[in-house]
Amino acid sequence: MRKTVLILGAGSDMARALSAELAEGGYNLFLAGRNVHELSKDAKDLEIRFEIQAEALYFDALDTNSHPGFYDHLNPEPFGVVAAFGVLGDENLARRDPLEWQQIINTNYSGCVSILSLAANRMEKAGEGFIVGISSVAGDRGRAANYVYGSAKAGLSAFLSGLRNRLCRSGVRVITVKPGFVRTKMTRDLDLPSRLSATPEEAARDIFNAILSNRDVVYTRWMWRWIMAFIKHIPERIFKRMSI
Amino acid sequence: MENLPELLVANWNNYPRINARLWEFRTENQAVKLLDSLSRCIPRGLGRSYGDCSLEKNIISTPDFKRFIALDQKQEILECEAGISLDQILRTIIPRGLFLPVTPGTRHVTLGGAIASDVHGKNHHLHGAFGRHVLSLLLLTPGGEVIDCSREKNAEIFYAVCGGMGLLGLILSARIRLMPIQSTYISQLTIPAENLDHLMDLFETHEQSTYSVAWLDLLSRGRNFGHGLFMLGEHCLSGEITSKDLRRREKFGINIPFFMPGWIMNEHGLRAFNNLYHLRGKSGPGRSFPDLDDFFYPLDKVHNWNRFYGRKGFLQYQFVLPKEHSRLGLEKIQAHIQASGILPFLAVLKLLGPQAGPLSFPLQGYTLALDFPIKPGLSAMLSALDRLVHNLGGRIYLAKDARMSKLDFRRGYPEISRFLELKNKLDPKNKMASLQSKRLGLCAKPY
Repeated sequence: MRKTVLILGAGSDMARALSAELAEGGYNLFLAGRNVHELSKDAKDLEIRFEIQAEALYFDALDTNSHPGFYDHLNPEPFGVVAAFGVLGDENLARRDPLEWQQIINTNYSGCVSILSLAANRMEKAGEGFIVGISSVAGDRGRAANYVYGSAKAGLSAFLSGLRNRLCRSGVRVITVKPGFVRTKMTRDLDLPSRLSATPEEAARDIFNAILSNRDVVYTRWMWRWIMAFIKHIPERIFKRMSI
Repeated sequence: MENLPELLVANWNNYPRINARLWEFRTENQAVKLLDSLSRCIPRGLGRSYGDCSLEKNIISTPDFKRFIALDQKQEILECEAGISLDQILRTIIPRGLFLPVTPGTRHVTLGGAIASDVHGKNHHLHGAFGRHVLSLLLLTPGGEVIDCSREKNAEIFYAVCGGMGLLGLILSARIRLMPIQSTYISQLTIPAENLDHLMDLFETHEQSTYSVAWLDLLSRGRNFGHGLFMLGEHCLSGEITSKDLRRREKFGINIPFFMPGWIMNEHGLRAFNNLYHLRGKSGPGRSFPDLDDFFYPLDKVHNWNRFYGRKGFLQYQFVLPKEHSRLGLEKIQAHIQASGILPFLAVLKLLGPQAGPLSFPLQGYTLALDFPIKPGLSAMLSALDRLVHNLGGRIYLAKDARMSKLDFRRGYPEISRFLELKNKLDPKNKMASLQSKRLGLCAKPY
């Protein structure tokens, strides 16, 4: 029987590309997000292209009260869960507007903790499955340009690392994805260096390969692992004066 | 409205090249908003036309709007958003034993583009152009309305949109008829032809064959003029050839990584190429079994083959002459080309069937497609050809035009007034306009 993967935040560019990879790999899909109208069109498209089953579901990462009911109603229970939702936010606005930083933290961090905890408990019981969290290289070290976003992603990375540690023995895999630059809707207004930027399709392929292989933490594109290793080792004394 | 940088944009022949903004969208809602926010624009798919028909300061770029909507395998009907490429459609339908009833020479055009240019293939004489297999389509009009068009509903608009060059609005989606196939192979018969007369006789005696096309050598003179290769094809039935299944083989492609210097295309190069090509037919008629890609899309294997012509680009000149004037007309045109010394790289001849909508290119007669590298004297030579073509009651393919005059266009497309009446109704402010439509006067009246 085909296994089912739940994609949360399925309308994002990276999630759409990943949906196609997973569908081509033979997984059935739940596409969850706020725009069910468009997601159901995406679902139909994937059904036709890859001869799988796909269903669109309403999901709001910020409405954590709804999460237990949402997860209970999934039928069949998903074998894999991908948390692909996230918001870049406006860092300048977040300096003075509590609504903005709350939105950034609640979406990128609290929303993930809420829904992935539910998934983790079920999978632990079942003794199989995988969880993919899309974090960010911005979580590896706080920078002036986006530290609210970065801190939420840092929290997410730590959460995923702990979850992996906890679930390792029960046969459930947890994969942390750390994209560098990806050309998506979220970053369309930024001027990105082309060699360091992945297309959503490249990023999706990296994630899919990580699911198939035994990777724990994936950087995409791959060179970001080394770039971030270097950046993490810059002494704070120096780092605090830098503008990168 | 957000700020979008300008890019250098050209279609497949790299001429002309202009600065333009490419506006992308992926949902119907976004398309409606986008069209509403622009005062002048033209839709563009994958940019495989040859010329300026989809060029304008603001371009509505469709390839992100590419979802399958429905596939009925029993009824053989497919519905998709218009920015999907024929390549993606074929990848999905061929493994299910289905194929496009009409296909152009490349997989890399969008569904919307195929309709807007009413493209044709090697079976036009029997199965018509692409539009004939469109059952219905959704059109987003310049006024922001979404209308359902088919032969039964809004029929007049439907016929005008097929071949309408995007000038009546943005095609959002279409339902098309597919055809069943039993294998991914074609049974091809190649017959060498001694001259043009022989070639035309072959076309006419084989009118019942599904696919037919000819390559001819325009460099030969006298009695030999028009010697070439005539190719016929039929879909192989299952069991006709062995051990072949319905899966598409992934193949190695060749890429032209950079623009070639212009001198590659001089007369010696052309002769060498033509002689090489002709060797294939020296041994007399031959049967072969190419797969669908080899038969329909041989040039798709050479990625960026347009770079062969150098940075300056090239012009593709494709015209059709009414059948009764074709023999004499082609000889006149060939004589003119030879006298000018500006020689085409490749010449492809095809017998077409009757015409469809008011702006649709095909009409009953012979069509010849010629590729010319851009160089001094070409423009004058082609203007002279324009006169010859139109004096004989022929016309030029709008999807391959970058330079025709308004007057020649009016002579070639006498039903234009029918089209302009609709343009007046649907787009009185000329929201939809391209460099080509402005050059050819394809506008509503108060322009």
